[in-house]
Amino acid sequence: MIKEFVCISCPRGCNLKVDTETLKVEGNSCPRGEAYGKAEVTNPVRTITSTVKIKGAESPRVSVRTDKPISKQLMFKVMEELDKVELKAPCKVGDIVIKGIFGTDVNIVVTKEMKGV
Amino acid sequence: MNFLNVDLLIIGGGPAGLAAAYGAYNAGIRDILIVERDHRLGGILNQCIHNGFGLHRFKEELTGPEYAQRYIDMLKDTSVKVVSDSMVLDLSADRVATIMSSKEGLRKIQGKAVVLAMGCRERSRGAISIPGDRVAGVYTAGAAQKYCNIDGYLVGKRVVILGSGDIGLIMARRMTLEGAKVLADVELMPYSNGLNRNIAQCLNDFDIPLYLSHTVTDIIADEDNKRVKKVVISKVDENRRPIPGSEVEFECDTLLLSVGLIPENELSTKAGVILDKRTRGPLVKDNLETSVEGIFACGNVLQVHDLVDNVSAEGERAGLGAANFINNGEVKGDLVEAVPGEGVSYLCPQLITKEGEYVDLFFRVRTPTSNCKIVAKVGDKVVRSIPKIKVIPSEMESIRIKKADLLDKKVVVQLEAK
Repeated sequence: MIKEFVCISCPRGCNLKVDTETLKVEGNSCPRGEAYGKAEVTNPVRTITSTVKIKGAESPRVSVRTDKPISKQLMFKVMEELDKVELKAPCKVGDIVIKGIFGTDVNIVVTKEMKGV
Repeated sequence: MNFLNVDLLIIGGGPAGLAAAYGAYNAGIRDILIVERDHRLGGILNQCIHNGFGLHRFKEELTGPEYAQRYIDMLKDTSVKVVSDSMVLDLSADRVATIMSSKEGLRKIQGKAVVLAMGCRERSRGAISIPGDRVAGVYTAGAAQKYCNIDGYLVGKRVVILGSGDIGLIMARRMTLEGAKVLADVELMPYSNGLNRNIAQCLNDFDIPLYLSHTVTDIIADEDNKRVKKVVISKVDENRRPIPGSEVEFECDTLLLSVGLIPENELSTKAGVILDKRTRGPLVKDNLETSVEGIFACGNVLQVHDLVDNVSAEGERAGLGAANFINNGEVKGDLVEAVPGEGVSYLCPQLITKEGEYVDLFFRVRTPTSNCKIVAKVGDKVVRSIPKIKVIPSEMESIRIKKADLLDKKVVVQLEAK
């Protein structure tokens, strides 16, 4: 079966056609598109970005992300885990908040520098 | 009153202002001051916590705050100075800015050159005259984004979004992930104004329906708390007029608006800078100098961008333009006018100097068009033609033209069938 997707790898948004049996990808303009197309029919993944609580900083939230894409099915579970986190300022870009979430090789990392106040 | 002189004064410490500082510094200017009204640099990037920034500029996918941090770090060990929590209240044609801050009080700073990098603001309910009750619970998407990502408040539980610009799409996903139910994204036009990838990953991933050719025709208040209780949408005809009888009601507590951005040019106007009616930003030459000598502009105050990477590139060019002005004075010589033709809604820059080898003209097309070509003409002569499979208004396009080809008073850029 041929499935159609819009590639989310970059703002260009190529229209992809993916053969679910042979995993052949058409319509991509770069290797990232091919990898995305294949993943969409096998194990779709997404980068999750959100915020967690932080104490002693200029504002009460600091932004975080998964350091690589994680299974799409885990999106809401990751959000639940982030609810439990509370950091203390200062922190900087790349600080690990949760290492290997749900036993995967994906870490949750800080994306914003926050100085203590 | 305190009076200070600097070589380059940059108004705004968002992506455009940061890049302008970087561009000017690399061109040899050392006495640079950025004035920022917020308490930190980065501008709107601070609340754009999603990823997708920087693929062009840094060849990797960054979130907004990470992208801002790159530029902040690039300026860290330089002589570029920053004053934050400071609001520029006035700017004069002789490049004197009146600045207010709670720490320093009122002071005046004059720059040998000034870069305008104030960004843009969102169109609000009043700007598009949505009928219905005056209620709490109607927010611009960017305001909801700030409350959510900076302050930690979710503005509602059941949400309708009007407009399918990127901020609206991003907020549809953001509020869904935070536990709200987004019932619909409603778009007046028969096509979305956001990037395709955002329709895919922000609406389709969460089964949020997109109602094209629809608009909000009524907002109904909850009698007890005067908050949004219902939003009514209607289908529109080809003239974008609501079709009676096509109403659909949504029980909700929040309406988010993502209905366009307006360059924030009050200061520019005070300094006597002439604005282009089409872009609503300053009229500029290709060195990004405005109609007032020594005042330059870049980023969303000049033209509303969709990619921060383009803002940075424009900011660095404005910094370079300002540096050249400080070192060598005004660029002399005749100017060539860049005129938008059929299918093109504006061109930026609007005027082209003789300096340099080529010029990049940026623009948007009027309507989505397939199998076409973008053509630049001087008189009857085609100087550049780029074939396109598809162009859409929400994606900024550009065309590079050799200045040696500009042998007339104007160049026209238009869309033609292939």
